[in-house]
Amino acid sequence: MRNRQSQTSISDRMEYWLSKACFLAGKEEFQLIVFQDVCKTYRVARREAGFVNAAKSLFKREYCMIHAINHISFSINDGEMVGLLGPNGAGKSSTIKILSGILTPDSGTCLVNGQTPWKNRKAYVQQIGVVFGQRSQLWWDIPVIDSFGLLQAIYSIPASKYRDKLDELTQLLHLEELLRTPTRQLSLGQRMRCEIAASLLHEPKLLFLDEPTIGLDAVSKIAVRDFIKKINEEHKTTVILTTHDMQDIEAITNRVILIGRGRKLIDGTLDDLRLEADSLTTQNDTGETDLDHIMAGLYEKLNIL
Amino acid sequence: MYTYYSFFKLRFATGMQYRMASVTALTTQLIWGIMECLAYRAIAEASGGSLPMDYTSIVTYIWLKEALLVLFNTWAADNDLFGMITSGDIAYELCRPVSIYSMWFSRITGARTAEAVMRCIPVLLGAFLMPKPYRMTLPVSGVSFLLFLLTLFLALGITVTFCMIVYMLCFYTISPQGWRMVLTGAVDFLSGNIIPLPFFPEKYRFLLEFSPFTYMQNIPFRIYSGDLAGAEIAPCIAKQILWLVILLSGGVVLWKLAEKRIVLQGG
Repeated sequence: MRNRQSQTSISDRMEYWLSKACFLAGKEEFQLIVFQDVCKTYRVARREAGFVNAAKSLFKREYCMIHAINHISFSINDGEMVGLLGPNGAGKSSTIKILSGILTPDSGTCLVNGQTPWKNRKAYVQQIGVVFGQRSQLWWDIPVIDSFGLLQAIYSIPASKYRDKLDELTQLLHLEELLRTPTRQLSLGQRMRCEIAASLLHEPKLLFLDEPTIGLDAVSKIAVRDFIKKINEEHKTTVILTTHDMQDIEAITNRVILIGRGRKLIDGTLDDLRLEADSLTTQNDTGETDLDHIMAGLYEKLNIL
Repeated sequence: MYTYYSFFKLRFATGMQYRMASVTALTTQLIWGIMECLAYRAIAEASGGSLPMDYTSIVTYIWLKEALLVLFNTWAADNDLFGMITSGDIAYELCRPVSIYSMWFSRITGARTAEAVMRCIPVLLGAFLMPKPYRMTLPVSGVSFLLFLLTLFLALGITVTFCMIVYMLCFYTISPQGWRMVLTGAVDFLSGNIIPLPFFPEKYRFLLEFSPFTYMQNIPFRIYSGDLAGAEIAPCIAKQILWLVILLSGGVVLWKLAEKRIVLQGG
């Protein structure tokens, strides 16, 4: 296990400078992502139920601060496949959003391939691909291939390169039939395959997948998992994944980062996670072995629900 | 540039996807146009023929307005964009190596042009086939037609940059409804979409000259119909360009400020 609590330790700081040095020296195995002591707070308006309180809130609002990300640090090597785990509202999506340059954190530093994501956004996003499982990037009414064509223009992909990539993705994800269909007439599984293809057209170095298998049937899930693994093997694409599906984690990632209440709690392999769960188990537990139960137990023990 | 052209093209293609919508809109616009022609006829007769515009100009103004409705109406704004802002789907837009402002600008312009091209031909055909007093006329001269095209282009720019400001303001409030209702309602009336501006009382017209609304559809339609001619045209074009620059820079500044404070809604 690397570091359980995310206080800014000296080793963290050294890791950060080391990666910067490695990047500058152009070394092969460098740390692609260095996420250092990042915080993000949201302001949320709250009020009691009912009409009177609604009227009161017109004049005076009570806000409370939600620490979505609270001093999180980690680093990820080039070509790694990492799963971000944690209960709903733990800060996983916020982390992905910061890494993809959409959200500006309150404090902390983050370097991806030597660049700060939220600065110079346009140059940065050229090298990343993003899939948000609950949103769609394809145009609703037009055939998928037209959406792809638009992405080709957006990322300025040369025609020959685009054709090769499209052929490759079509073959791997079985898109032949789907490309000429309007997005609105695709099933969720079909659409997700197209979404993933869309995010890889410009051959990003880094792929973010935010719940890519949400709502998919068994066949589609397996297809998506196999595809992600293949992409990682063939193109050395670094993959960062958030999911609630423990089988995704087991099948795809070789490292997991457990986040809870905005803090990094565990950073290691799935076996580390199991060990941790065991060490926290008290006597009256029934020795559950399936991953979902282990996770549920772990969340409860760590008091992060 | 090619990227933004692609947005324009794609939105154009999307616009052509809805064939039935074009047919039904056509019927509505023809009937609406006839109703308006008849109403102004009644006004002309009641007032003993002393209208601020002559009747043939009014008729031509009405038909142009109906034919090019989608180019200038602000109430039928692109709902996808409002949806994107409020639901947080703008996340994907932010992951693209392009400027949101330019991307949306091309998208809106493309959508409006596509729909206008689809709809204007049959409406104009119908308008030229109307019986005599209600028939649309050809432009007064070749020059005025060219000036019409130029000012039409500028007017579209002003309308789109104005809409962009409305979109950008939505980044600052949670619901876009308020901004939309107030601003689009105002534009509809003040730009001469309901009543041509020459019908407005002198004082109001004078005040309106200091707003961008006068320089939207009002200018090209009146040039075409010959109501605006000669030396009056040049200052109008200059002011159109001025408003285009003001609205464009205003929108870009609002976007730059919004970009810093975006909070994405939903998980």
